This record gives sequence, C-alpha cells and structure tokens, in this order.
Amino acid sequence: METQPAPTTAKVRAEDLKVFFGSKQALLGVSLDIPNRQVTAIIGPSGCGKSTLVRAMNRMHDLVPGASVQGRILLDGVDIYGPQINPVLLRQRVGMVFQRPNPFPTMSISENIAFAPRRHGVRDRDVLKELVRDALERAALWEEVAERLDAPATSLSGGQQQRLCIARALAVRPEVLLMDEPCSALDPIATTRIEDLIHTLKRDYTIVIVTHNMQQAARVSDRTAFMLMGELIEVDATNRIFTSPSDHRTEDYITGKFG
Amino acid sequence: MSGHTDQAFEAELQVLRGRLVGMASRVEAMIAQAARSLVEGDASLADCTVALDPAVNQDEMDIDDMVIQLLARRQPLASDLRFIVTATRMATDLERIGDLAVGICRRGADLRRAGGGPVHPAVPRMALVVEGMVHEAAVAFVRADADAAQAVLEQDDVVDDLLRELFGELLGAMVDGHAQVATTLPVLNAARALERIGDHATNLAEEVIYVVRGRDVRHGGRGGSIT
Amino acid sequence: MGLRSRLRLLGDRLMLGACALALLIALVPLASILFKVVVQGAPALSWTFLTSLPRPPDETSGGFANAIVGTVLVVGLTALIGVPLGVGAGVYLAEYGDGLFGRTVRFLAEVLAGLPSIVAGIVGYSLVVVTTGHFSALAGGVALTFLFVPMTAITTQEALKMVPRTTREASLALGLGQASTAMRVALPSALGGVLTGIMLSVARVAGETAPLLFTAFNNSFWPTGPGQPTATLPVQIFVYAISPFESWRQQAWGGALMLLLLVLITNVAGRLFWARRRRFMQGH
Repeated sequence: METQPAPTTAKVRAEDLKVFFGSKQALLGVSLDIPNRQVTAIIGPSGCGKSTLVRAMNRMHDLVPGASVQGRILLDGVDIYGPQINPVLLRQRVGMVFQRPNPFPTMSISENIAFAPRRHGVRDRDVLKELVRDALERAALWEEVAERLDAPATSLSGGQQQRLCIARALAVRPEVLLMDEPCSALDPIATTRIEDLIHTLKRDYTIVIVTHNMQQAARVSDRTAFMLMGELIEVDATNRIFTSPSDHRTEDYITGKFG
Repeated sequence: MSGHTDQAFEAELQVLRGRLVGMASRVEAMIAQAARSLVEGDASLADCTVALDPAVNQDEMDIDDMVIQLLARRQPLASDLRFIVTATRMATDLERIGDLAVGICRRGADLRRAGGGPVHPAVPRMALVVEGMVHEAAVAFVRADADAAQAVLEQDDVVDDLLRELFGELLGAMVDGHAQVATTLPVLNAARALERIGDHATNLAEEVIYVVRGRDVRHGGRGGSIT
Repeated sequence: MGLRSRLRLLGDRLMLGACALALLIALVPLASILFKVVVQGAPALSWTFLTSLPRPPDETSGGFANAIVGTVLVVGLTALIGVPLGVGAGVYLAEYGDGLFGRTVRFLAEVLAGLPSIVAGIVGYSLVVVTTGHFSALAGGVALTFLFVPMTAITTQEALKMVPRTTREASLALGLGQASTAMRVALPSALGGVLTGIMLSVARVAGETAPLLFTAFNNSFWPTGPGQPTATLPVQIFVYAISPFESWRQQAWGGALMLLLLVLITNVAGRLFWARRRRFMQGH
C-alpha cells in the first residue's frame, strides 16, 4: 500500500468558517485544509453541514436570501470572501458538479459545454469546437458522443449526463472541482465510471467530494473529513480513518452505530 | 457503546465472538488435561485430550468461513474490520495451541513407553501459567480490555524463565548421567511445547490489543491509546 | 369481496360520476356558446365578408375586412409594447423579486390584472387621445397594454418559477452572473410557459371592447396606420349587433366567429412552435 504524501500546500483552506441561514447556524466554526491535487472526501450523516461547507467554497450561499457567512476561506492564500473578490469570477476557478445531473435542457451536448466559455468571451468557432472536444475527452465522454454533438443533452443517459456536467465544468478551466454527491442519482456502473474518472482528474485538479456513501469515500479519496451537526470532528488520511479512526464519534458513524 | 444499527450484523458479530471464546475454552481444557496426563502418566486422560482436537480444527474452519462471509457481505470498517480480520489469526493461534497440546499427550505416551518417571516440577507450573495466559487473553478479548491483554504479554517472561531453569537442570542431569535420555527427552520436548503455547498466547494478547486500540504491537511495536 | 370493499368501490364510482357530471355542467355553457356562434356565424362568412369594407345595411356587398385588419393592427401594437414590458417584468419578479420592491411590484401586478377594462380605456384616452387630439389605433393599443402587461408579467413569472433551481445553479456555478443566467438559461427553458402566457393575454385583449370604444374608436375604412382611428372586430360586432338591421346582425355573428377563429389560430400556432421545442428538450 502506498503511503499518502503529507499535504504540502493547502489549495483551499477554511478558517473558523460559520454559516447562518437566518438565525439558524448550520456550520459551527469549521477549519479544514484541502490539499492541492488530491481528492478530499467529506462524510457525515444527513444534515451535518457537508453540503453547506462545500457550497461556501464557491460562494453559492451568496444567492440564498438570509444566508450569511463568517470566517474565511482562502484560495491560494487569498480570502474568497474579501471585498475585492468577484464571486462570478471565483466560480470560474472553483467549479461545481451537483447531485442530480443538470444539463441545460434547451441546448445540445456541444452547446452545453460551449455555453459558458462563449459567455466568458471565447468567440472563435474552431477554438470552441476544440474546447468542447477537450472537455469531453477529459470527462471520458468523447467516444460516446462524438457522432452526435448536436443531439439534445437530455437524450443522454443519467450517467452520461453527469459526465457531460463534469465536462461542462471542466471547459471553464477551473482549478478546484467541488462535487456534491455526484453519484447518488446514478446506477452502480455509471458510479464506477465516474469514480474512475475522478481518479484521472485528480492529476490536474483539486477535488472535494461530498458523499454519504462511505465505501465510495474509501475508494476514491486521499483524505477524508467527518462532520457531525455542523462541526468538523476528524480529518485524516483515508486509509487511517477507515481502519482506526481517532474519535469515537467517527468510529461509531463508520461502523454504522448511528446515522 | 451502542450496538450496530443493523441488528443482523450485530448478531453475526456476536456469533463470531462466541465461537472464538468457545474455542479458547476448549483449548484451555486441552492444555490442562495434556499436562496432567503427562505428569500423572494417565493414558485415558491423554485420549480425552486428543479427542477434543477435531472440534478445535472445525472451529478454525468455521471461523475462517464466517470471516469471509462477513467481509463480502458487510464491508466492515474501523474496529469491526480489525476484529473480523484478526479473528482469523486468533483462530489460527488457538488451533496451533490445540495441536501443541496433542503433541504433549504424545510425549506422555513416549514417556510411558520408556518406563515412566518423574516429571520436573517446572512442567506443571508452566502449564498453569500458559493456561492462565490463554484464559486471560480470552477474557481481555471479551471485555475489550487492552490493559489486561498487556498483562498477558508480561507473563511470557515467566514461562521463558521456567523453561530455562528446566532445560539447565535436565540437560545437566543427562550429561552427568544421573538421568536417562529416553525418559528425559520427552519431558524436555513437552516443556518446549508449553513454551510455544506461551508464544501463541502472547500472539493472542497482541491481537486483542490491535482490535481494541488499532495499534500493531507485534515485534516490539508500542501500543497507543484512543479517546 | 367483502361488503365494505364493495361499498367502497361503489362510493368510488359515484364520486367519479359526480366529477364527470360537474365537468359536463361546466362545459355545457362553453359548448353551447361555441355551437351558437358557429351555427349563426358560419352562414355569414363569405369571400365578400372577409374582403370588403362595411356597406350600408341594405347593400349585400358589405364586409368586416377592415375590422379584421384593425384588430390585428391594434393587438399587434399591444403586443409590440406589451411583450417586452410584460416578459421583462416577469423575469424581474421571478429572478430578483424577493425584496420589498419586488413584492410591491408583484402585488400591484396582481391587482392590475383585475383592472376593469373601461378603466384601461380611460387611461389610454387621457394619455394618447387627449394629447394627440384624435382617436387612433395607437391609443387602442396603449389602452389594451394596461390589461396585457400585468397578465403577461404574472404568467411569465409563473413559467420561470417552474424552471428548476438546479438549472440556474448549474449556470451560476459556471461563473455566469444572475442576469445572464436569467436571460440565457432560465428564460429559454421556460419559453413554452411564457409563450402560452402571451397567447392567453393576446386572447384576452383581442376581445376587449370597452377600451376601444373611445380610443381606437371606429370607422368604415381601411386602417391607415397607428395614428388614425380604426375599426376593430369587438367594436364592429358591438355596433352591428345592437343595430336594428337583420343583415348587420348577421354580420355581427360572422364577426364573432371571426374573432374566435383568430384567437384559435394564434393559440394553435404558438402551441405548434412550443411542441417542437419541447420534443427537443425531452431528448428527441
């Protein structure tokens, strides 16, 4: 078994992060390092705050009325909640893939992928075509759709749609990819393909994956963080946390004594 | 600690635990009986002991089978995983102890064939200590008590000392001519078998520490503690 | 089957029967109106009717041509002004309408949707007729806009609210702003609903008579453009229906049928367009 390299640079760092929805506090001061070019999994029972934490990393809470964020999140050392940071630009550096595949229903496969780059200023048709092809290859979908790029995105199967969403996110050339339970709506074979894809992607991207499936976290990630009721309980190398976790709450959750 | 949400899984783990404990009890009885049959020259006691061995072998096979089933069906993690994987090792150690006890019975038969004779007092003392070690290891396992298991590890020195004392005296006696080889060799071999039982019992204790604490203390490693 | 289950089944069937009966009762007036209009109006529809200008009642060569064109003109003007305003307001309400301002606008829209049409007419009158000094198709268009915009804003908002939040989130997560997301992702997805809403609003205003009485007014000649008064189907029908002349009353029925047909055609065209888009969106 290979030993896990000690994380040298934290690509993303949460410092005492608190998130409130109205008066209700969803995150109670979470501090967590996300190492560069590794897969970090976040596990925990429903309602523990894992999605809230991850959505704070690309400022999706800005769009929720009544939500407020305290504390800092540093991307390459710079606080993304700082006053001079444009959240729209931030989301081009930190991409997100959601639980249910959500391709744009009115657009074809290639239009889905070219949409954002086009809005960001890329106009040349050949450049866009190349971009679409590159993104589809990175998402391991090119072979399956090369012949029908103009077909509606909704004509793809669930697993393919999710890979399309990954390709769409990659087309914007992010540095960090946030994945919020990306496989929970997919069948086991599609899930395996995406897990395999994640393994390839981590060479080039920093990945954070939220999952309620512990075996998936064990298969896919380098480091795992366990959260409970808005708090970060423990974070460690994946192979250590699943064989002998330090905190008894982690132990109880992992062995199925609750949650 | 609360039990597993999955009651069926909890029950299966209990069955596995039960089999290990039962196997340990059987093996303890075999040690005691084998030592007594050697010391008292009792052939029927030896036969009783040997008769227990097939059950012990069956225990080992059943436990291995249960472990495979649990790994396949339950994908256990953390302490469950450590326990289930270690159960196999524990069964192996217990089965070896059983074989060694059978071997002691055979040494007893050798001694009787050579005409019988006194058995050095260190032998029953060693038997008592190692039987105690197996028993304490089993109790430590049931109670998930790593400190009690640690205490078992320390007992191994007592066994080693007893063996050294016995070997010194008996080898000397054979060299001097005060003792016959034919009646001394079986005793020496029985004592060695008891010492090896002690080593296996030490393994059991190390395995208990691994299951409880998640730290591998074999080969001189140090145990840690968890909250 | 036990007695209890049999009773339950009977109760179920009775309920179904009652619902069917209610449906029939509700449809009867609608069906009878349609029937009457078709039966009475069909004989009046002829080439002359569709292409000639109105003539005095004793002549047989009169028609409703100018009224038909006039309705198209006035409703067209309404749509021209009303669609951008209504859809724009609907987009605003759906995407940004959670603050105090948004809630106020929404409330006003809902109130204005029930605006009595004569009031719309008065506003159109004072805004255009008084300032320009004469009746005009434009005045009619403006008056109808006051009825058209609130309805369209509300239906557009509803259509946009049906677009799932995850579709918008996908766009936002790609680094697009809220405005881009609203216009280029949410609105195209909701297009079917938006179009349906526009069709409904068109159908409503096409039949309004009161506002046109003193804005577009009426005349017996071809419409010359937005700056002049024009005949319209509702007004013409009104004038002819209450007249003492049998031939004119006949033509009124024909006009009514014409109006119904115009609304029907607009609806069908919209739906055909929408059906094609929807097949694409469902992956065919």
